[in-house]
Amino acid sequence: MAQTDATPLVASPRSPYVRRKTTRGNFELYSWVFMRASGVVLVALIFGHLFVNLMVGDGVHAIDFAFVAGKWASPFWQVWDLLMLWLAMIHGTNGVRTIINDYAQRDLTRGVLKSLLYLAFTLTVVLGTLVIFTFDPCPPEAPAELLASFCTA
Amino acid sequence: MTAVVEENTASSAPESQAGAVASFEVTLRIRRYNPEVSAEPTWEEHTVTAYGTDRVLDALHKIKWETDGSLTFRRSCAHGVCGSDAMRINGRNRLACKTLLKDINPDKPITVEPIKGLPVVKDLVVDMEPFFASYREIMPFLVTSGNEPSREHLQSQADRDRFDDTTKCILCAACTSSCPVFWTDGQYFGPAAIVNAHRFIFDSRDEAATQRLEILNDKEGVWRCRTTFNCTEACPRGIEVTKAIQEVKRAMITRAF
Ligand code: HEM
Ligand code: SF4
Ligand code: FES
Repeated sequence: MAQTDATPLVASPRSPYVRRKTTRGNFELYSWVFMRASGVVLVALIFGHLFVNLMVGDGVHAIDFAFVAGKWASPFWQVWDLLMLWLAMIHGTNGVRTIINDYAQRDLTRGVLKSLLYLAFTLTVVLGTLVIFTFDPCPPEAPAELLASFCTA
Repeated sequence: MTAVVEENTASSAPESQAGAVASFEVTLRIRRYNPEVSAEPTWEEHTVTAYGTDRVLDALHKIKWETDGSLTFRRSCAHGVCGSDAMRINGRNRLACKTLLKDINPDKPITVEPIKGLPVVKDLVVDMEPFFASYREIMPFLVTSGNEPSREHLQSQADRDRFDDTTKCILCAACTSSCPVFWTDGQYFGPAAIVNAHRFIFDSRDEAATQRLEILNDKEGVWRCRTTFNCTEACPRGIEVTKAIQEVKRAMITRAF
């Protein structure tokens, strides 16, 4: 029985599999409900958006700078696009968060990917919201040759 | 039984006899793992003679008893009751004792692997402890008051039917180890724990439904389910696992709003 020294040490196979901590709470419940609720609203917003942009009147041929400028002159389309931006961004970001949770195996990978995700979310939502509310098709101090034709007309 | 076999072998062509069971050669491709020899698992092929009435378990027995006694796997009842021989056969989780060789194309080698997502101890034996830890967490016992021991807790047939499906679980882990969310890091409670919570949550005699819902309303609880239906397909008892999970989710939502 002098072989005890040579017996290889087999680590407990269990160690990484034990659930590390209890994480009870309603967050994932609300997130699950939000995905469905925002999905339903997004169907209406996205198909309404596609219909108005691509099918009404001249359809897709009517889209140019003036078309977008015209839409954002109306508070109705401002609110529509704002809702679409926010809902799609929260919905999409939350969806990717789920995917990261499902596929990332290490906490560090998970942390890095989620930080990048939330950074991208913040940038897009802040810039998008800023543009929708501060958009001015004919800024008064801009040089005339940079302006759209309808500003000078 | 023995007499019949002897009679068959005595005659010249047993195959041609009326009522004789057809025999064929079948190759099993088994994933072997022994941490005391190598940290890496290896694939090993064994060819055995099997009969139309044989199951994968019979072929494994034949290998273990006649060719290689070191082949390690769990089995107890051999009749689909105890839940100890769930394994990945041709890429799908099944009970070796309920899978007839003739039903899974014995013309090609049949792959046999341990179930995924749980640490392998040796060959086809996995460490079931993380699986049972989740099971214990959901309190798999009746919690009730009144009618102490002297009287029965009555229940209507309709109330019993409400959770009949989930009473059939034999805790084989085929569902939990077929779930891609469980494979990632093993933190998810897994379908089996939810199925067994369902069995008590929807039992009219039980009084701890709220507690069980709270336990499963966890980041690693029911909300990690992505409805891929792997569990329902894997369950050897035919339990509608995904449906049970969905019913638990619904109970939580009705409670929250
Ligand atoms: C058109 C209307 C839409 C509907 C009805 C819808 C519906 C849903 C639902 C119900 C889920 C949850 C799936 C689950 O829990 O398993 C989901 C997930 C997701 N959605 Fe949407 N969605 C829509 C639009 C969008 C948009 C515009 C984006 C991108 C900005 C997006 C990105 C995602 C992502 C990344 C996921 C996660 C994927 C997953 O969980 O498997 N969805 N969607
Ligand atoms: S639900 Fe089915 S697959 Fe899952 S542990 Fe129970 S018997 Fe096995
Ligand atoms: S050996 Fe008991 S279920 Fe297969």
